[in-house]
Amino acid sequence: MKLRFFPLIMTFIVFGLLYAYCYSQFSSFGSMRVVCNLLRDYAHLGIPAIGMTFVIISGGIDLSVGSVIGFTGVFCALMIEREGMDPRVVFAIMLTIGTVFGMTMGAIIYYFKIPPFITTLAGLFLARGGAYVLSTDSIRIKHEFYTWVSKQVYIFPDKGRFTFAAGAFLAVLVIGFFLAHFTRFGRNVYAMGGNETGAMLLGVPVARTTIGVYALSSFLATFAGIVLSLSKRSGDSTIAVGAEMDVIAAVVIGGTLLTGGVGYVIGTFIGALLPGVIRTYLTLDGSLTPWWTKIIIGVLLLAFIGMQKILTVRPNLVRMLRLPSRSG
Amino acid sequence: MMSEKANTLLNTRKADSRIGHFIRHNTRTIWTVIALILILIVDRMISPNFFNIRMVGNRLIGSPISILDGAAPIVLLSVGMTLVIATKGVDLSVGAVMAICSAVAVVLINRYENGSDNILYQPGFVIFIAVGVGALCGLWNGILVAIFDIQPIIATLILMISGRGIAQMITDGQSPTFQNETLAFVGRGVIFGVPFPIYLALAVLLVMYLLVRRTAIGMMIESVGINSRASYYAGINAALIKLFAYVVTGMCAAVAGLKVAGEVKSADPHTCGDWAELDAILAVVIGGTLLTGGRFNLITSALGALIIQSLITGLYVSKLHPTANLVVKAIVILAVLLLQSEEFRGTVLRPFRRKAA
Repeated sequence: MKLRFFPLIMTFIVFGLLYAYCYSQFSSFGSMRVVCNLLRDYAHLGIPAIGMTFVIISGGIDLSVGSVIGFTGVFCALMIEREGMDPRVVFAIMLTIGTVFGMTMGAIIYYFKIPPFITTLAGLFLARGGAYVLSTDSIRIKHEFYTWVSKQVYIFPDKGRFTFAAGAFLAVLVIGFFLAHFTRFGRNVYAMGGNETGAMLLGVPVARTTIGVYALSSFLATFAGIVLSLSKRSGDSTIAVGAEMDVIAAVVIGGTLLTGGVGYVIGTFIGALLPGVIRTYLTLDGSLTPWWTKIIIGVLLLAFIGMQKILTVRPNLVRMLRLPSRSG
Repeated sequence: MMSEKANTLLNTRKADSRIGHFIRHNTRTIWTVIALILILIVDRMISPNFFNIRMVGNRLIGSPISILDGAAPIVLLSVGMTLVIATKGVDLSVGAVMAICSAVAVVLINRYENGSDNILYQPGFVIFIAVGVGALCGLWNGILVAIFDIQPIIATLILMISGRGIAQMITDGQSPTFQNETLAFVGRGVIFGVPFPIYLALAVLLVMYLLVRRTAIGMMIESVGINSRASYYAGINAALIKLFAYVVTGMCAAVAGLKVAGEVKSADPHTCGDWAELDAILAVVIGGTLLTGGRFNLITSALGALIIQSLITGLYVSKLHPTANLVVKAIVILAVLLLQSEEFRGTVLRPFRRKAA
């Protein structure tokens, strides 16, 4: 087994153990209802987390995703309800705005050498500020397209409702997986995160890849905003405040190293669902107070990083222990 | 024999090169000062009596005072954050630490107000304990970063996420209030007409400045930030230096938390220190310290904090709708950062620059 898969495997094992424990306490964890609700409720964090995985693998970070989700929600609500535009047109416009926004951040990062942390922090303020400027009210969307989308549900025998949001989440996951492992863009992202100078010397188009990575992240954040808008059927400028940290936590729990070059889209998927499992457990249990969720997520984050640390330090240890037996 | 004219020419050349030398070696500092002056000029243009200060009761009132008072928490945080960033780290947890420490202080002071005569609940002790808790939080971050070698962003993200939960747990999910004047003094006290937080921020800044510039600590921090391993081989205890930086940051965050709690006489675990980590990091970066570690300057970080607060105060006095605040903030910050970026000045300002003779 390859050592670089260890963090990913650990993620799966811990998730499996946690889920098994939850199942042993509450049998409803075995139903499609809980699974579908998890996918639906965490789609708006999971979708940008897949974009964030690419950003972090490339060695950067994107703090603007939460604000972009918020801006998208308000923009869609405003254009559809106040301007009476068709939702599909609004979505196309919004996705374009989001992508250009990400490309601009990528260009600033690459050409003006301003660190990603700071550039995307300015992006965070700008997008959230833009949402406040558009509207500070919560706007309900009553368009028939929204009603139509909300009716597109596959119902499992045990009344688990597989909604549009859940489907979008899984679709993005599959596309993200394909993009990361079977395209030139994906390979360039990995190469750049491993060693930017080295990648450049080997002919990786670093400028294009940097801009592409941030464009992808903002595009997916916008898409997440649309998905959230469709399932909430309203727009509010305070939606998803601070979501960027949950997204980054999901990526890290999923086994992606912040140093860049190592990470898996599928791990991020698990990382995004993990807090959801804990939250569902606490809700079903009912005796634990809500702040315990935050503390437990922090502890889990620590546990994952601890394991990653041990596993990245261990290779030397393993080699040291094995050498004598090989020669002897 | 040199003529008098040639002599003066030589002298001016010398003076010129000295200024040139200063400019070349302090480019980022100079751009910070220019940005602050520009923002204050714009503030003055927006509101003609921006710089008017008058005495109301025993307290000075005016925009410059409220800039200094409002900037105090960011200045405090930026002092610690500068040291952490100089060691090539970052501390995302300062906002959560502010919430934890203010929660601890208010919960303890409530027990004192309810008539407990335990000496630990005396106001002086409460402040001491709160700062101690801040130091502990910093120590936790420092241990993760320095001993276990976890990346600073992630190591401090743990406390950032769980810290607010801990603060809520301490206050039992409430936002407790208090009446004690000693604790409130930290946030709203007045000495000679000037708010106490200004003295507090200045004192911390001065003490830390002397500590890092009059002893070898500052040099060691820069050396660890540039190359941790080489510093270790050169005999510097790199882990201890990092621990020091995070503990100082935790204590600074505790004091900033007490300031915020004292100002409103309550501790709100949700909003205390909200986005404080981002403002603090921004202040340090605007102040010209690179996120890649190494050279740092506490004074320009404080100037960076003043830039942020001058901007916010300017927006308050302007007739602009408050919803536009964040957009203006983002644009101004981006402008300041672009001004500081050599690559940006190189490409955009090149056509305007005179060719060297």
